[in-house]
Amino acid sequence: MLIIKGADVTEDEWTRLPEGQAPTDDSAEQPLLVGLADWLLHRDVLLARAGRLGVLLCGEDEVERLIPDLDHLQLIAVSFPVFTDGRGYSQARLLRDRFNYAGELRAVGEVLPDQADLMSKVGIDSFSISDSVDSRRFFGLAG
Amino acid sequence: MYQYNPVDQQLIDQRVTEFRDQTRRFLGGELTDEQFRPLRLMNGLYLQRHAPMLRVAIPYGLLSSAQLHKLAQISRDYDRGYGHFTTRQNIQFNWPELERVPDLLGELAEVQMHAIQTSGNCIRNVTSDPLAGVAADEIEDPRPWCEIIRQWATLHPEFAYLPRKFKIAVTGASHDRAATQLHDIGLEVVQGESGQSGFRVRVGGGLGRTPVVAEPLREFLDQRDLLSYCEAILRVYNRYGRRDNKYKSRIKILVRTMGIEAFRERVEREWAQIRDGELRLSEARISEMKSHFAAPEYQFFSGEALLEVERRLMADVDFGRWQRQNVLAHRQPGYSIVVVSLKKTGVAPGDLTADQMDAVAELAARYSFGQLRTTHDQNLVLADVPQTGLYALWQALSALGLATPNIGTLTDLICCPGLDFCSLANARSIPLAADIAERFDSLDFLYDLGEIQLKLSGCMNGCGHHTVGHIGILGVDKKGEEWYQITLGGRADNQAALGQRIGPSLPLDRVVDAVDDILQVYLQAREEQERLIDTVARIGVEPFKERVYAHH
Ligand code: SF4
Repeated sequence: MLIIKGADVTEDEWTRLPEGQAPTDDSAEQPLLVGLADWLLHRDVLLARAGRLGVLLCGEDEVERLIPDLDHLQLIAVSFPVFTDGRGYSQARLLRDRFNYAGELRAVGEVLPDQADLMSKVGIDSFSISDSVDSRRFFGLAG
Repeated sequence: MYQYNPVDQQLIDQRVTEFRDQTRRFLGGELTDEQFRPLRLMNGLYLQRHAPMLRVAIPYGLLSSAQLHKLAQISRDYDRGYGHFTTRQNIQFNWPELERVPDLLGELAEVQMHAIQTSGNCIRNVTSDPLAGVAADEIEDPRPWCEIIRQWATLHPEFAYLPRKFKIAVTGASHDRAATQLHDIGLEVVQGESGQSGFRVRVGGGLGRTPVVAEPLREFLDQRDLLSYCEAILRVYNRYGRRDNKYKSRIKILVRTMGIEAFRERVEREWAQIRDGELRLSEARISEMKSHFAAPEYQFFSGEALLEVERRLMADVDFGRWQRQNVLAHRQPGYSIVVVSLKKTGVAPGDLTADQMDAVAELAARYSFGQLRTTHDQNLVLADVPQTGLYALWQALSALGLATPNIGTLTDLICCPGLDFCSLANARSIPLAADIAERFDSLDFLYDLGEIQLKLSGCMNGCGHHTVGHIGILGVDKKGEEWYQITLGGRADNQAALGQRIGPSLPLDRVVDAVDDILQVYLQAREEQERLIDTVARIGVEPFKERVYAHH
């Protein structure tokens, strides 16, 4: 997976906490991406860690549940299991415009250049793309 | 008529460039079928049975002569010399080649037209009353509101990938000619308590597999809140509408599952958050938009000039007949509304050849301020014709085969493309429509029957709106054969209702007889000026059923 943000292409440095697994502090420095349910469950343990924290939202998730925690999150990943599933657009819009989330907002899943413009218009500023996707087509969009 | 500003123009020009690139990548194998599909649908392009089909948007049915000339040229250069007007006031081309579609879209952009959002799971072309701005029963012209909605909905980043397609219709008159109660959102201009106008909002109407009449969502919406309220509805739908089953993904299912009360509560809660935000319409914006739809410069005609028309009407029976049937009252003295019938026997309803398009475009330029409208019933309307021009216009339309005096009658029927053109069809619809038109071709008989809306669909997707036909005919597949299901009592007006089945489906060769049986029962049972739809309401479907199935 490559991450595109502004003009930069990087490897993904975030580790995904497997669903339903309690976090340990082995790799406390490692940026950790957590599903919403696990976040709500282990919030206090996670907040005690030194590393950066992110939450992965799926389509059914109520973004409102994250409101109290937005300041603690460096990343929110919005999923597009298929690119025609457009729930992430509303989630992104709400996070940015209504709840004033200021951290990185990343599209994950089936992320293709043809939707990148729409995605940046709702506030998404980074894209997680598979190696087969032409990364050049994303440049100059968000920053 | 609204004219694009540089931003609008840039938007559609960019879209053409983008689609040219996407088509190239698809043809070059860079995009899979699955990936290309939503992209082409977003640009109105279907790939199906015989050839691609391209659906071009005609926003709220309004066209200029220049645009119709362009459509004529396109149907010549890219298609087989004709186009098909749909029940959603759009036009479809059935034979363009995929490779050339980007060029075609480029040509459309030259006359401020496009095919954006005419298919796919997004907000579709807004539809409206074809008599907007000229109807006597109008409270307020719906077109400025349609255009405001169009601009908001076009390429709206949040709502490009909804659970399913989404249709909005607006009416500004007391008689609903836009079938607003059969749309995902139906907007009806109403007068508020203190005299200012606003909207009654309905939600969750629609045809297709699960036809539903929309439910009232809000009795009165301030005009300034139009977009924020629509945005609230769309956001609730986008977040909570089902996506796992395409037959359960329309907003009507969400409304039904949640219940209208709970749905309303959600919408109102969402709306409270955005009501005072940037979507609120300013007085300046509203009046600027209204200025685009100001009435044309009507002339004054002397009594003498109008007397001449009267004389013609007395002298020429055919002209008189056309005038009674196809010409409607205008609210401006000296002017009339002319319906151009696209329902000549032997022609597929809604079809128009390139030559006819050019000719109608010229007639519109000469007689109706260079504008015309497409209608939900698949006809055209010249909305501002001076009565002094009626006779010459009638002659010209007659010569073109566009003056069949059958508007509002049984043969002014609606029909989807059916098995001849559509890959989803169970049965043919155009040939059946032709059989019906042929059987009931006596004008006196048609006039005696009065207003009847017959609607025909080739499958349960219901593009021919059969569920809301006074007489509805639906093509079904019975072990690989074409059969037809008949319903009675549907209507799409202010008293919108779904038709009731009269019994088991019938084979093709019995359908026209069944229609005849229905008409006979009506003629015997009707009281005074009662229309078929009223008779059905009074006596129910039983007597019709008995007659239709009596022979078997
Ligand atoms: S009703 Fe069915 S057959 Fe007719 S156009 Fe629609 S999908 Fe095709």
